[in-house]
Amino acid sequence: MTNQLERVPNLRRFNFFNYSAIVIACKVIHEGRRDRWFWSFAGGFTLLAVAITTTTSQNKTFGSIRGFGPTAASLVALVHLLITLMALTLGARQLSSERESNTLAFLLSQPVSRSNVLWGTFIGHVATMSASVFLGFGAAGIFSTIRGNSTDALLLLRLTGLTCLLVAAMVALGVLISTATQKSSSALGFSVSVWFLMVFLGDLGLMAATVTTQLSAKTLLLLALLNPTEAFRITAVVSLGGSIDALGPAGTYAIDTFGAGIIGLTLGVLILWIAVALGLSLMIFSRRDLA
Amino acid sequence: MIDVKHLTKSYKGLPVVDDLSFNVTQGQSVALWGPNGAGKTTILRCLLGLISHQGHITIDGYDTKQVAEKTRSFIGYVPQESNLYGNLTVNETLALSCRLRKIPLTRAREITTSLNLDGLGKKRVKELSGGMRQKLAIGISLLSNPPILLLDEPSSSLDLATQHQITSLLQSIKRPDRSFILTSHRVQEVEALADRVIALDNGRKTQDCPAREFASSLGLQTWLQITLPPHQCAPAQTRLEAAGFDAQQLSGGVLLNLPSNQRAAALSFLHNARFDVLDFEVRQ
Repeated sequence: MTNQLERVPNLRRFNFFNYSAIVIACKVIHEGRRDRWFWSFAGGFTLLAVAITTTTSQNKTFGSIRGFGPTAASLVALVHLLITLMALTLGARQLSSERESNTLAFLLSQPVSRSNVLWGTFIGHVATMSASVFLGFGAAGIFSTIRGNSTDALLLLRLTGLTCLLVAAMVALGVLISTATQKSSSALGFSVSVWFLMVFLGDLGLMAATVTTQLSAKTLLLLALLNPTEAFRITAVVSLGGSIDALGPAGTYAIDTFGAGIIGLTLGVLILWIAVALGLSLMIFSRRDLA
Repeated sequence: MIDVKHLTKSYKGLPVVDDLSFNVTQGQSVALWGPNGAGKTTILRCLLGLISHQGHITIDGYDTKQVAEKTRSFIGYVPQESNLYGNLTVNETLALSCRLRKIPLTRAREITTSLNLDGLGKKRVKELSGGMRQKLAIGISLLSNPPILLLDEPSSSLDLATQHQITSLLQSIKRPDRSFILTSHRVQEVEALADRVIALDNGRKTQDCPAREFASSLGLQTWLQITLPPHQCAPAQTRLEAAGFDAQQLSGGVLLNLPSNQRAAALSFLHNARFDVLDFEVRQ
């Protein structure tokens, strides 16, 4: 036995950064495929996406996924509600539950840097979530076509791409929560609170603030842009050719001031959220003891 | 090989490891011995770079604070309790470790064969027994054939029979060019695997001695019950007492009270004196 163990394998020299992160990302994707939590979320999202196209296709006027009609608006609302929750909670669960189950110690006892673990986790979750987005919108598109409705594949792809960007921002935020909390239950609770704050209170709070303090459209837009889910909504409505009325005074101000450049601004906000959340995660994670 | 200088680690102001210095040469097996809370596991975590600390640790000349990834490539780590992914199969776990260490997957097959883990490849880790999981952890630690093995109470959570299996397995993988750092509070494990023992108490080094002197230095006595044919019991007791052993006669053998490092000497004495040792049992 020892003879076999004594055979020294060749340790190839790789660029540690990319390769280890990809290995960890593949591991996260592999785990996601076996995660009931993920499948129930993905299944729910697909069912709802298909249900939206089915319900709206009862009325031929609104049923097509062509232009920013009720179907596209409902799909954007679905993403705004469900995908943000999915991505935030999945991201938040990962590192904290790995810390609790000691598997993080296993990973970090290998010749792997903490930044690789973080990158791998992020990439893995974004890939897993993006696959479920493709599944949901793909099923909705196919269903809509089968029902004989006209489907704008490009519009659907654009919405899918934007959703994947939102997924990346939410996963990054989830990973930040995961690195900053001790227990997975705290991470999960905190991520649900953040989701509630961004999706419901953010929207309602802005409306209330507008009414009570008479905020200017400019301030309103700035506050809206602080919220990545709002940034996604603005990008989706504008880039899918929706009416600016849907965005209220802030939207009107944005279009008046920035024109088509508002899409670049909101996309930039989403990318900034990803960069800041991942940067902060790395800062916390690299300094934290793995006790 | 491993040089630890003034290692200090505190949690919330309380020192867990307090100004500890030691070194481990190539091929040396060192046991960190002490009660729970003595700081043994913390020292291993510092060596792996999993926790921040004061002081300096160098492995093969590399500072663990500066190049933690590099130093970890020299180390195989076997934790106290399984830290493997329960939902992955044995094959997937080995493949993950191979990829992270950038070694060919054929090495995983060699390890499963050498550790008798064949046939378990498709089982999920959570379905394995504690002993099998620990065997797998040892296998993973050996994948890259590292010159250093860190063993954190490798058999403490296992039943007695499996403890013996794991200890034998670890003895079989000792090599002149492989250093072990083992934490334990089991004297038998320390005696079986270590050349040198560093005793700790509240994070401070209280003793640093060869393993063979360790049990007697603690004043630990062992009861050794030796089963002999009935007609040999009385003469055996007489001869043992004459040789300086504290022996009592039993109905089916003799009972000796002796330092734990004298067990083999007593058995050897009886064998050389042509007594027929039928069985023996050790009690701490």
